[in-house]
Amino acid sequence: MALLKVKFDLKKRVKLAQGLWLLYWLAVMAGIFVFSMGLFFKVELRKRSEMMDNNESHFVPNLLILAGLAACGLNAFGGKVCHDSLDATKFAKWKPMVKTYLCGCFGFNVLLFITALLCFTMQFSLYFALAEGLKNGMKFYRDTDTPGRCFMKRTLDMTQIEFRCCGNNNFRDWFEIQWISNRYLDFSSDEVKDRVLSNVEGKFLMDSVPFSCCNPGSPRPCIQHHLTNNSAHYDYDHHTEELNIWTRGCREALVSYYGGMMNSIGALVFLVICLEVAVMVGLQYLTTSLDTLANPEDPESESEGWLLEKTVKETVADVMAKIKSLVKGNQVEGAEGEQAVATVS
Amino acid sequence: MLCQNIHCGLFEFCCFNWIIISGGTMAVLKIKFSFQRRVHLAQGLWLLSWVAMFSGGVTFCMGLFLKMELLRRAEVMHTTDIHVVPNLLMVVGLASVGINLFAGRVCQDSMDSTRFTQWKNVMIPYFGVSLFFTSMLIVAMALSYALQPNLEESLKVGLKNGIRFYKDTDTPGRCFQKETIDRLQVEFRCCGNTNFKDWFEVQWISNRYLDFTSKEVNDRVRSNVDGRYLMDGVPFSCCNPASPRPCIQEHLTDNSAHFNYDYHSEELNLHNRGCREALVNYFMGLMNTIGPCVLSVFFVQMSVLASLRYLQTAMAALEGQENVEVETEGYILEKGVKETLNEAKETLKKLLQLGQVDAEPAPGDAEAAEGKAAS
Repeated sequence: MALLKVKFDLKKRVKLAQGLWLLYWLAVMAGIFVFSMGLFFKVELRKRSEMMDNNESHFVPNLLILAGLAACGLNAFGGKVCHDSLDATKFAKWKPMVKTYLCGCFGFNVLLFITALLCFTMQFSLYFALAEGLKNGMKFYRDTDTPGRCFMKRTLDMTQIEFRCCGNNNFRDWFEIQWISNRYLDFSSDEVKDRVLSNVEGKFLMDSVPFSCCNPGSPRPCIQHHLTNNSAHYDYDHHTEELNIWTRGCREALVSYYGGMMNSIGALVFLVICLEVAVMVGLQYLTTSLDTLANPEDPESESEGWLLEKTVKETVADVMAKIKSLVKGNQVEGAEGEQAVATVS
Repeated sequence: MLCQNIHCGLFEFCCFNWIIISGGTMAVLKIKFSFQRRVHLAQGLWLLSWVAMFSGGVTFCMGLFLKMELLRRAEVMHTTDIHVVPNLLMVVGLASVGINLFAGRVCQDSMDSTRFTQWKNVMIPYFGVSLFFTSMLIVAMALSYALQPNLEESLKVGLKNGIRFYKDTDTPGRCFQKETIDRLQVEFRCCGNTNFKDWFEVQWISNRYLDFTSKEVNDRVRSNVDGRYLMDGVPFSCCNPASPRPCIQEHLTDNSAHFNYDYHSEELNLHNRGCREALVNYFMGLMNTIGPCVLSVFFVQMSVLASLRYLQTAMAALEGQENVEVETEGYILEKGVKETLNEAKETLKKLLQLGQVDAEPAPGDAEAAEGKAAS
């Protein structure tokens, strides 16, 4: 018993072929779209790779780019087959390849599905990469004279301004590192010496943040220094002050930015999978309906199309048997192979 | 005198030279059209009209984009004179879509001479209106350069007010000035109106955040005629992220207040340019990009109009003839430029005088015009 059998006359076949041709072109556009999404994602990761210690994984965007290219190729081929399907002579040259092509499409859909899942799960690895990268970035903030790290200050400042965030988890991360270079500290002054000596590692720590943490929406001019000292500023209470500097940490800001991007890309890849499955099903119906013409000479005769020749169970058993025979075909012991073939049939 | 029949190629409209023909009655830029040539002209014009319609849409989008950018910065602009440029571009863009749709329609009808005659009376006013709107493109381009001093003046006053009201975050209607100016300075990498010293002349810290019991504050306020708290400090948004050292915002002119700091040689600490200069450069950059696009749209539109004129005159010569495949001549103007202008003046006068009550001035004027034409 075939699965989901449908009767086809000439008109229905022609309509199916035309509709399928259009769908294939749509699928080619979708392939180009997936390719460009992968490219965009790759560029965005590159832009902020300094915040991730330059060792972020580019696996997912590369996979998207490859999948987009493969989708373009496969769907263009499918469209060509579809275009030729109504002319018996032209279709004859594609007939032997159709079965392999459909298997290839099925495999490709599985790949797309894995890619979409990876899009959603990669956010975890990104979270850890950002945590580590931002911590190091803040450590090297003051090293504007060290070659190779001299742009970290600028990058971090621009990131904090653009993403409206301060520090790694929150602004207090700046209290734990020395972000002013020793070149700009007057070591002859008592205050500086006291601060440095009060610290085990000899670091100049203070309860201040860089200017890029300032929130332009604050009603009062930005308070950057002596943040925890209420008496240092007139009419200031650091427990209730919310608008002065950005309260969000940069890791959270960047993760939510990339997370949003990846969720959208994953959702769009799922839509592309639906489209691919639809064209696969359509092509299967079209090719089977062309194979089962009641009168092979007369193109206007009726035919039947189906999704699977046998039921699902039987098809799966067939596939397993084929795989087994392929595997055992390579084995030296011929007797066992014959026995296995006998058992299946 | 340029009285030759130019057998040039159909679309070699490099002869767009409107040379004044002295006293001759020869038509301007006559071209012979065989039946085949007419068909080709109509087909080419149809395609060209679609291209021109698309470019009209592009003009509209460019005008819209420019207007949106100007509106975004409306808070630091005092006057809206410069808005005439994007408004013109939008109007012309929409008009050109209409003009080209009409041209395409006429083109389609030109193949059938019976349908073509229905457009006869509309063509001259149509050309007048189209030429008017197309010349508006050049006007818009000229205005975008001519209004630059206006833009600068408007920004000067707007920024001055913005800096003055920076501290008024509790005054309704001005409470967003601080945020606007801060975001502007960060985005455009600028500080103050002309440069950062503009902040020294304004009290940019609100009295709410000044401790008037402190001696230092009282001294500063009294040392000033207007009782303002002035200081040589700038807001945080003036800070340059590319500076190698953490930003120095206060006591900028006092070298001894900071370690290893020289006010005169320090260049990277704050943004050096003023916001007025930054914004003017930005907008002029936008208009310099839009300029060549507008110029090319102008040329496309003019070529559509010229082709349509040739098609119209070539088809008009067929009127009343049995054989549609005969060769005809097309031209831009039937008579010389001077004569055409005089005729146009007389037609306008007649139209105007149709509305007038007293008939006496009319014959006198007509005689004077005829006298001029004869000479």
